[in-house]
Amino acid sequence: MGIRKGMEIALAAAEAVALCRPDVVAAYPITPNTHIPEHLSDIVAEGRLDAEFICVESEHSALSACMGASGAGARVFTATSSQGLLYMAEIMSIASSMRLPVVMALGNRALSGPLNIWNDHSDIMSQRDTGWISLFAAHGQEVIDMMIQAFKIAENRDVMLPINVNLDGFQLTHVVEVMDFPTQEEVDEFLPVYKPFASLHPDHPCSMGTLGLPEIYSEATRAREAAVVNSKKTILKVWDEWEKRFGRKYEPIQSYKMKGAEIAMLTMGSMGETAEVAIDALREKGVPIGLLKLVLWRPFPYEELKKAVKGVKSLIVMDRCVSFGGPGGPVASEIRSALYNEAGCPDITNYIFGLGGRDVAVEDFIKMIDQVRLADKKRPKEHYEFYGVRGE
Amino acid sequence: MIEIRWHGRGGQGAVTSVELLALAAIGEGKYAQGFPSFGPERRGAPVAAFNRVDTERIRIRSGIYHPDVVVVLDEGLIGLVNLTEGIKPNGILIVNTSRPAAEIKKILNYSGSIATVDATGIAWKELGVPITNTTMLGALVKVTAVVGLDALKEPVEHRFGRIASKNLTALKRAYDEIKIH
Amino acid sequence: MANKKWPEDWQDVTPGCIVFEPGSASQYHTGSWRAQKPIWDNTKCIKCGVCYIYCPEGCIIEREDGFFEANLDYCKGCGICAHECWPLAIKMVEEG
Repeated sequence: MGIRKGMEIALAAAEAVALCRPDVVAAYPITPNTHIPEHLSDIVAEGRLDAEFICVESEHSALSACMGASGAGARVFTATSSQGLLYMAEIMSIASSMRLPVVMALGNRALSGPLNIWNDHSDIMSQRDTGWISLFAAHGQEVIDMMIQAFKIAENRDVMLPINVNLDGFQLTHVVEVMDFPTQEEVDEFLPVYKPFASLHPDHPCSMGTLGLPEIYSEATRAREAAVVNSKKTILKVWDEWEKRFGRKYEPIQSYKMKGAEIAMLTMGSMGETAEVAIDALREKGVPIGLLKLVLWRPFPYEELKKAVKGVKSLIVMDRCVSFGGPGGPVASEIRSALYNEAGCPDITNYIFGLGGRDVAVEDFIKMIDQVRLADKKRPKEHYEFYGVRGE
Repeated sequence: MIEIRWHGRGGQGAVTSVELLALAAIGEGKYAQGFPSFGPERRGAPVAAFNRVDTERIRIRSGIYHPDVVVVLDEGLIGLVNLTEGIKPNGILIVNTSRPAAEIKKILNYSGSIATVDATGIAWKELGVPITNTTMLGALVKVTAVVGLDALKEPVEHRFGRIASKNLTALKRAYDEIKIH
Repeated sequence: MANKKWPEDWQDVTPGCIVFEPGSASQYHTGSWRAQKPIWDNTKCIKCGVCYIYCPEGCIIEREDGFFEANLDYCKGCGICAHECWPLAIKMVEEG
């Protein structure tokens, strides 16, 4: 059971992908994600992985090549961040509508303007409507586990959808830490050979990427939405199997010290780990607070969210992204929408912070929580607030 | 949990040091993080790198603002970078220098604990290059016992291959020669 | 187009909108729109194949005897073949 090893998380992600025996890897390097495709190219060159590594000239070609290969029945992988993801944007929706199980590692990095190579969630949020399954990893172990789970989820006949595994750029990609690596035998047992629903082959020709007239587009879109929503069933089954095989539990929303919690903070990604330490400190002082860590972003876990916030009076939602001129943070706006009709919906505060790599320490979480829980009733209830911005 | 900050220049191997230390700690069954100051940097520019080591799983993922230990690979950084920024009151500064400790403390306006070793001299002699990252690992381990000296052997051998034994020699020398003041 | 059957229910849309029937575009007889059709005068035709190359529908076929004719299931009567034919061997005549 598992090999305990220390490694840089980006390299570990590449090793985990190699264990899944992809047939084609087409990727273009971009900071902070570079080590993932780079290490995979090393693994292929060393002969440890029998795969076609396509050195494409851009991310647009990376995803296009992956799609073509997937259409031909190959297991495919790509990786990118930020501007690279935007360069793929034209293809993102197509991969989903063509029901191709492309697996992507996304090293979350801020979108440009100003140019910034450090961590926040603006890249994935810009692509949230493209019909991909989205998972968020909070630490190295989750990264490698999710990379392997991703192939199984995406390729399942009841799913057949592309999937991105999100890991915070630098905060996770560039950290050396200890992880338990499944063995090749264990992964082979868990992840069968990919059997595509359809593949481009002269013996059984078909057309993929077809034109859809107004007479069919609505129905096709409705069917695709159903596929994304229903994929949750498979995701839960895969996580169940993962727990049985490897002893590590995954849930759409992970709860930490939520018992008797009147206040809850909700995070996504690695900030959740630091937040746990803040929760511990506040619990020591007797504050009835807990932490919710959102792991499954798409399809959005409505049922799990409603259950998780039962009894919570105040929910503090953390966003590392802002929707300009809109409802503030994407996560908070979706949570508000999800809980709108719920009886006993908690008071929701949205903090936008940690943009473009701005560090968030334990003390910052405590400050934000204290600001909310010790608030003077007369304090205006903002729709969302920026934290840690000079002059704000 | 112990938090360590390393100061060096790009190309002097500070990032390698934190990786080797993290791997050594993990090899001993501990938990560790090793990470650079995030971002691109050119050769010669001041860089920082960080370690956390603990017997329990480490959850904090923010930067290190109050290190227990600060390791300085290049004394040329004195005056350029605030080397003692945030160091805990009972923390220790480990400096690569051949100058007297008192002099370093005076220049840095630092009154805490300090340990010094002429790592550059050792590196020149044992490695033939003034790259002090592995040398200073020996100094760090002697001063803090954050990992056992043996725990560094495998990571260094794996990382340096043919030149591993030279690095281990330099490491051991600093381990023996470091002076805590 | 009259024969086109759309799925009654969104549940029946093929995943990925994949079309499994190969060459199904050939079921769509675009020739039904035609107002004029090309007629070849093979006494003038020099068998150069320019009409075959220029046809935007790709429906001009070379016969066994080397002369050319349009597949009237698909010919829309655009007249490009007649326009490009240098020996002026093609005439566009009204559909009867």
